[in-house]
Amino acid sequence: MQAIYLDNAATTRVETPVAQGAYRVMTEEYGNPSSLHRLGLRAERLIEAATQSVLRVLGTGSGRVVFTGSGTEADNIALFGAALQRSGRGRHIITTAIEHPAVLGPMKELERQGYTLTLLRPGPGGTVSVEALAEALRPDTILVSVMAVGNETGAMQDIPAMVRLTREKSPHALFHCDAIQAFGKLPFHVGQWGVDLLSLSGHKIGAPKGIGALYLADRVHIAPVVFGGGQQQGLRPGTESVPLIHALGLAADLAMEHREAAYEQVSRLQAQLLEGLGKMPGVVVHLPSAASPYILHFSLPGYRAEVVLHFLENRNIYVSSGSACSRGALSPVLTAMGLPRREIEGALRVSFSRHNTPDDVQALLNALQDAQTQLIKAR
Amino acid sequence: MREVILLKLGEAALKGQNKSAFEEALIKNARRRLKGCGNFRFTKAQSTIYVIPDEGANLDEAVSRLLRVFGAAGVSRSAVTDKDWEAIKTTAADYLKAPLEAASTFRVDAKRSDKSFPMLSPAICSELGSYLLMRFPHLSVDLHNPDLRVTVEVRDFGAYIHADQLPGAGGIPVGVSGRASLLVSGGIDSPVAGYMIAKRGLSMDAIHFASPPYTSDRALLKVKELVKILARYTGRVYLSVVGFTEIQEAIARHCPEAFSTLIMRRFMMEIASIHAGRHGCDALVTGESLGQVASQTVQAIACTNTAASLPVLRPLIGLDKTEIVDLARRIDTYETSILPYEDCCTVFTPRRPKTRPRLEQVIEAERALDRPALIARALERIDTLVIDEDTVL
Repeated sequence: MQAIYLDNAATTRVETPVAQGAYRVMTEEYGNPSSLHRLGLRAERLIEAATQSVLRVLGTGSGRVVFTGSGTEADNIALFGAALQRSGRGRHIITTAIEHPAVLGPMKELERQGYTLTLLRPGPGGTVSVEALAEALRPDTILVSVMAVGNETGAMQDIPAMVRLTREKSPHALFHCDAIQAFGKLPFHVGQWGVDLLSLSGHKIGAPKGIGALYLADRVHIAPVVFGGGQQQGLRPGTESVPLIHALGLAADLAMEHREAAYEQVSRLQAQLLEGLGKMPGVVVHLPSAASPYILHFSLPGYRAEVVLHFLENRNIYVSSGSACSRGALSPVLTAMGLPRREIEGALRVSFSRHNTPDDVQALLNALQDAQTQLIKAR
Repeated sequence: MREVILLKLGEAALKGQNKSAFEEALIKNARRRLKGCGNFRFTKAQSTIYVIPDEGANLDEAVSRLLRVFGAAGVSRSAVTDKDWEAIKTTAADYLKAPLEAASTFRVDAKRSDKSFPMLSPAICSELGSYLLMRFPHLSVDLHNPDLRVTVEVRDFGAYIHADQLPGAGGIPVGVSGRASLLVSGGIDSPVAGYMIAKRGLSMDAIHFASPPYTSDRALLKVKELVKILARYTGRVYLSVVGFTEIQEAIARHCPEAFSTLIMRRFMMEIASIHAGRHGCDALVTGESLGQVASQTVQAIACTNTAASLPVLRPLIGLDKTEIVDLARRIDTYETSILPYEDCCTVFTPRRPKTRPRLEQVIEAERALDRPALIARALERIDTLVIDEDTVL
């Protein structure tokens, strides 16, 4: 039985041409991009081509790309580097309570190191209001980080408005955006957003795990936080992983080629799932006021999410529990949205890719119905 | 330099007529546990087992494994020389150079079980002591509380020289007392219970009740990892995994909530007794500790005990949680036990469990169930895995 994979926000299957491309570079284009000979030059050109592919998806021809080992690493290099670069002009930093741990972790560490951190709370719709940011911005604010699409609920934040506001009220601030769930999925132009720094990750769009990137707009400088041989403009030294960088470039090309059609298709799948869930008694959908169609978050209150997840897994259907929580700890994102405990404990996340079909959604709906009739409810 | 490992028999040496059976069991267990460390030969004499490595054997790993084999009171890694005085004293100085340099005081002990050796024990001690003082002038002799004890044993096959003997795992060789089946949950207690019973010479089987989808593959993997750690002490474990979902669901649907854990445990006891009995076990082992949770009051144990047709050994019954945790840390199961993969089981945990149940109440509470049919089906849903300390899970 073919797996019905509906956990694409966690990771994706590597696209076959991407894997083949990475393999070809590993076995044929194995030069070190820093080497002076021809093989080195060819490796360097592959990195340049991948850079262009990434920038194309971002809708820009300018700016720089630093390839990293993950989205988390890109976030860390951006946030620590930006804070360090601007620390002479202020010590105030801002992020939201619904960020991924890859952003919350560094921001809390900066707070521990003496920066003043303001956490913006989302409304019940899962989005952070522009007004909340307006209240928080100060003349000595030096760093703002807001994610484009929430990894738990798919909530989209109004990044362009937030950037404009930041420019007005905090001229010294750098604006970072974690766009890991948006890159290659939502059509946007990084130039129109106006962000200074943007993180992305390969394995959410059909590249292997182990490759991410940080985009820096023109004239944006951050302090290095990793030191070594000076590769990638000194921001991420270490011999570049040419095969994975090439893979990210290929995956970006594929995402670009299919982006509009995939968006349409995934939007239809989301609508189909919404309609089906609407007919199931007791199901609560957490649809943010502005949401990516790639993610749908909902609860079967009374059922433990892990139990439903394993029930679905037995039918070869793979989803996430909607709250990335360990025992006893509820998701800070969902808590921040003000959801009741029973809904959080029963929360599931479905996330699509362009390879999903209406049959997949129907199979999921059927299985959820069976789960409701067969499983024992939590006490 | 030739080296051997000496295993000193513990209680086994006291067991009179059984002694040779115990020695054979210890050798058999040690031999199995040293697979993967190279080739070894085993001989025995005078309450000591000689573990003699072939060329290329990994002695460090072998010693650390033998320290976990029940039945050995002490383990020493020794140099072997000819029974020649010159060889003995130079070997002692060379072989124990590092510990002698690290010590500031020492003493020499001699055991002369080969009575044909020309020097008497006191002479060996004083002569070797003088020689070591000359070679390591920073040392002084302290007979009562030395940093290092240098031991020379003149035995039938040669002279053995070693520093302090390491305390062995103690107990009785696994297998000489029979076989028991451990009810293993994935928590802290049951692996410790298995360890304690294996130490008294019982081979260990294990039985685990899994309730997918309420419990996950990761929870099962955790149980396998715990059994694998236990196997370092007990040797090979046959782990039987019982598909328990149908019974859990039936209890949740048809029985009063307050009795659900007791009813569940009665099923476990009965299924485990039948399965273990079929596989040659003489007893069940549980990690129960009196009063720890509602199902471990003496009244609750009385109710679950009647469902077991085999005797139930409860080695932790009188221990506090902190004592159990200390043991779990010592045998290295604690860190694995506390991995949080079993939350889903809380689906079946009653909000207000009965702490002082009476057997009639429990039997009444389970009347809605067709127990024999449920048990018969569960017995057909058992997978058995073989787990050794080297098994790749």
